[in-house]
Amino acid sequence: MAVIEISSLTKTYNETTVPVHALNGVDLQFEKGEFTAIVGPSGCGKTTLLNMMGGLDAPSSGEVLVENEDITRMKAGPLVEYRLNNIGFIFQSYNLIPVLTVEENVQFIMELQHRNKKEVRDRVDHLLQVMGISDKKTVRPKFLSGGQQQRVAVARALASKPKFILADEPTANLDSKSTDTLLDLMAELNEQEQMTFIFSTHDQRVMDKAKRIITMEDGKVISDVKVSN
Amino acid sequence: MMQLIKLAWRNLWRSRRRTLITLASVLMAVALAIAIRSLQIGVYGNMIGNAVRFSTGYIQIHAAGYYDDQSINNSFVSDDNLQSVIDAQQNISLAVPRLESFALASSGQHTKGVGVMGIHPDAESEMNNLNEKIVQGTYFKTDSDTGILIGDGLADYLKLNLGDTLVLLGQGFQGATAAGKFPIRAIFHFPLEEINNTLVYLSLGEAQTLFAAQNRLTSYSIMLNDPKKMDRTRNHLQAGLDERWEVMEWPAMNKALVQEIQGDNAGGLIMLGILYMVVAFGVFGTILMMTMERKKEFAVMVAIGLKPTKLSLIVILETIFIGMLGVIAGAVLILPVLIYLHWNPITLTGAAAQAYQEYGIEPILPTSLDPALFINQGILVLIITCISGLYPILYVNRFKIAETLKI
Repeated sequence: MAVIEISSLTKTYNETTVPVHALNGVDLQFEKGEFTAIVGPSGCGKTTLLNMMGGLDAPSSGEVLVENEDITRMKAGPLVEYRLNNIGFIFQSYNLIPVLTVEENVQFIMELQHRNKKEVRDRVDHLLQVMGISDKKTVRPKFLSGGQQQRVAVARALASKPKFILADEPTANLDSKSTDTLLDLMAELNEQEQMTFIFSTHDQRVMDKAKRIITMEDGKVISDVKVSN
Repeated sequence: MMQLIKLAWRNLWRSRRRTLITLASVLMAVALAIAIRSLQIGVYGNMIGNAVRFSTGYIQIHAAGYYDDQSINNSFVSDDNLQSVIDAQQNISLAVPRLESFALASSGQHTKGVGVMGIHPDAESEMNNLNEKIVQGTYFKTDSDTGILIGDGLADYLKLNLGDTLVLLGQGFQGATAAGKFPIRAIFHFPLEEINNTLVYLSLGEAQTLFAAQNRLTSYSIMLNDPKKMDRTRNHLQAGLDERWEVMEWPAMNKALVQEIQGDNAGGLIMLGILYMVVAFGVFGTILMMTMERKKEFAVMVAIGLKPTKLSLIVILETIFIGMLGVIAGAVLILPVLIYLHWNPITLTGAAAQAYQEYGIEPILPTSLDPALFINQGILVLIITCISGLYPILYVNRFKIAETLKI
């Protein structure tokens, strides 16, 4: 059964002046445990598609069903709750909260979910260990390398036990060693915990790890291929 | 909630220099505002204190009609009912009996119109420390002591010394002639030249004899434990007395002083308004900068599941922290100065002192240490900072996450 079903999704910016069709009738389905890369040239609609799946932007038409619930019709309040409990976000430029330590950044989401303190402590410890940054838990983000910050961002995305993770160009600012380490960690989580990852990327190394590659151009899906690594 | 407070507090210090500059501006404005207000309230307190202690008391009880026609013919004989009504009021700390009239004071070739006040020595001293103002001679011991107390200004004018005789000539009760010779028992000096130049004191018994007004008084001047409850005390007194008596509060008997204070107070409030405009713009500028440079961070926080209402709360907490820190620091900075000036008020000299004297006010500038001063500033700054925080709150509730994340 599909976790996410996208049908006839369109998004047009500047509808009253010079219309830009960022998405032009996208139909896709994502199963649980997928490790998918959405690729294509800049401006092809990758990030817009991720934003629609994440409930960060509203489409011009079409629907995004997550476990049969259309998130495009949700009001602002419930949409925040939906994101909190269902989606993990990983951004290109990490976007950690600078005034919080590594540990506090990861536990921030769980505290928003009102999880009990022991559960929060245990999960944060576990995630930091899995990400290999346990020794950095009391450090603020500005004292970490890009790769370390992105690992904290992955730990934060996983902390809320989301249904899927949306990663927008997560390796764009990383060197090759950090990229490899990060991808290995995410692939491992995908294998072991059946965590669903959906990436938008230009990075060949991400594509090499992906089990499915969706190629977009001019707001349309032009190919959708399952690959065996 | 602790999580939000922690975030707000840390956000405040992420640009330490900017926060310190903003705090300094709030601090200076608050310190200045408290100082101005404290001085104003202190001076008003001094004006009111002078009027109350040297003249009417907080409340005055006199015969009906006396205030409009201050003649000795409108004097009264105190009775048991009046005493019991006064005694029943716990807020009354002192009821000072007086017999007041006017007379011509004469010595040799010199004559001057003076106010004559018959007093109960102990009560009068308790009210205005008259016994401590004696610079030569001895104060009255009983309310039937002979002799007269005159101010040093009048003594100079009439060329009189201790032991010399002063002649008083005036009109007594119901048209009787009031004439008497009084040895100068003591010379006093008040900080108010008007009193020194134009007032003489007799013991109450001597004054009643002079004015042929045995057992009669013109007023009871009432001092209060808590002047803030003046209205209530006045109402209780009036309710306990019949129509033969009039109970008046000091503002009704000193309308010129009330108007003077109101006029000056309005000017002071305008000054404060300008100061707080400066504070408001300072805080708003900082809040605006803090909002602009954190747009993307706000978007990320809402994207990962922080409700805009909670984000608004973080921002408003930041503004409150700035305001409150400024208020506390400003109050702590200015408090020692105000305490010093409260106990060692600035004494005016020259023309400024003369202007005060002409209004019958002691020429000093004491400060007020009323806690309400500090509380009111705190509340005001809190309101200003909350208003300054409205912009980021509006922003937080309107921005588009996807667009902001692109920045």
